[in-house]
Amino acid sequence: MSALTFTLKHQPDQRVDMSPLVCQKLADMPLAEIAALTLQNGKRKIRVDELFIIAGSDAQDIVIKNSFNKLDFIGKELDGGCITVEGDAGAYLGLGMKSGEIEVFGNVGLYAACEMKKGFLTINGNVGDFLGAALPGNKMGMKGGTILVKGNVGERAGDHMRRGNILIEGNAGDYCGSRMTAGTIAVMGQTGKYLGFAMRRGTLLLWNQPQVSARFNDCGAHTLAFLPILFASFKKLNSKFADSSAAFNRVRRYAGDMSEMGRGEVLVKIT
Amino acid sequence: MIINGVAIDATFAEAFPMKATRAIITAQNEKWAMISAQAMTGFATSVIACGCEAGIERVLDPSETPDGRPGVSIMIFAMGGKGLAKQLETRAGQCVLTSPTSALFAGIDGGTRIALGKNLRYFGDGFQVAKLIDGKRYWRIPVMDGEFLAEATTGQVEAVGGGNFLVLAESQPQALAACEAAIEEMRKIPNVIMPFPGGVVRSGSKVGSKYAALGASTNGAFCPTLKGMTKTDLSPEIESVMEIVIDGLTKEDIDKAMRVGIQAVCDLGAANGIKRISAGNYGGKLGPFHFHLQEIMA
Repeated sequence: MSALTFTLKHQPDQRVDMSPLVCQKLADMPLAEIAALTLQNGKRKIRVDELFIIAGSDAQDIVIKNSFNKLDFIGKELDGGCITVEGDAGAYLGLGMKSGEIEVFGNVGLYAACEMKKGFLTINGNVGDFLGAALPGNKMGMKGGTILVKGNVGERAGDHMRRGNILIEGNAGDYCGSRMTAGTIAVMGQTGKYLGFAMRRGTLLLWNQPQVSARFNDCGAHTLAFLPILFASFKKLNSKFADSSAAFNRVRRYAGDMSEMGRGEVLVKIT
Repeated sequence: MIINGVAIDATFAEAFPMKATRAIITAQNEKWAMISAQAMTGFATSVIACGCEAGIERVLDPSETPDGRPGVSIMIFAMGGKGLAKQLETRAGQCVLTSPTSALFAGIDGGTRIALGKNLRYFGDGFQVAKLIDGKRYWRIPVMDGEFLAEATTGQVEAVGGGNFLVLAESQPQALAACEAAIEEMRKIPNVIMPFPGGVVRSGSKVGSKYAALGASTNGAFCPTLKGMTKTDLSPEIESVMEIVIDGLTKEDIDKAMRVGIQAVCDLGAANGIKRISAGNYGGKLGPFHFHLQEIMA
């Protein structure tokens, strides 16, 4: 069976809610029914076949071609299966994702993998603010799974994050790991201001020395036994994180945010 | 049956169902992994008085351990799951947590999950950190030499304890040399331990005693100094008897260990003073696992 492919015919002016087009909702659905599904487009609803050329049949392997930055909610609450996005994706990519895999070859908007529960998300480009965060007003962000970003991420990555891994090959914006409750965010590039602002627990693993605020206390240099195990778990990734040259176990440990619970940590590679 | 001049008795060893677990101890080098493993498996020769039977299964190459450091695989056997969990936790807390540079990992992925580092984490007094990596939870516990890393749980599985055979020789040195040769070969078999000191026990027991307080006492039928005083099972030329007890994850594992052990003893043969191989049993009434010596060596 070939992948169920949605090729965008034209770029609509208004944003499109793509949440109906996830693997579990399209399983065993005939192409005619899929074509007749409606998507919210601004304030109106449009049929899927009005927007996309539909081909293929395997609903467990969905491909979205010619995607652009107004296609929101791609892979919302995805529960198994795989979605590949050729192009950019809009906001709320993988919102509340439960399992399965999403890969985006372009850039992604705000709130990607927001409140994600499990699964694997790869973003080959850059991502907007609030990656793996909680929806506004909610207290719990990403609860599990892994996000791999090959580009840069915006502000507030991992805001209210509860569990899981966010791996960033590029740079992270301000407030990275803000209000984190647990989990791991690894950043190979540079990080912005207010790193780990109000974080309670969790780990920020950095390759470059950040601007550490006064709310973090220096705990000194250490060789940590869990790091080789963490890096070994990255070996299967198609990423710089899988390179053995990227691994290290010697770090400087900063504990904070001391204005909060103070059980979080920033681990900075010692070169 | 006679192998190289050694008579194999037409008898069987009788073994019992037990619960078992495995843990992997790593450290900065093999020396310290072994020190920790020896401490953890110390005073664990017999469930009769130790609460469990434990031993070192084998030394692990760094490529075989979760953290890429030298390691040692240990196994613990007990009569029940509750007792096993208690022994594991107590021993891990006193012997591995305390041992410099050590880390502790699960040695069995399946089975019923029992606490390994799950409760040891409270030693961290609130500063402990959990890390969930590839579906496994690890606890990072701050200690004075850095951090003690322990996997939260390990697996408990059904197992078999009490496989055994007796080596009957013309002298004590010959009996010991034969047992040492057997143990060397048996240690190459995975999934088994020989829990007694050096793998060998010289004080085999029988059920009961003339003293009411004791449930077991010396096995008079195999004590060479009592040959003229009791109903003996020894011929006049036998001067020393030693036993090897084996606990394993399955009956097949014990079968294999007994086979290579008895073969190693028989390779020394009658020329080296080894006269007979026998086994301990309770008439087949107590343990459901029977290891017939002649079938094993057939």
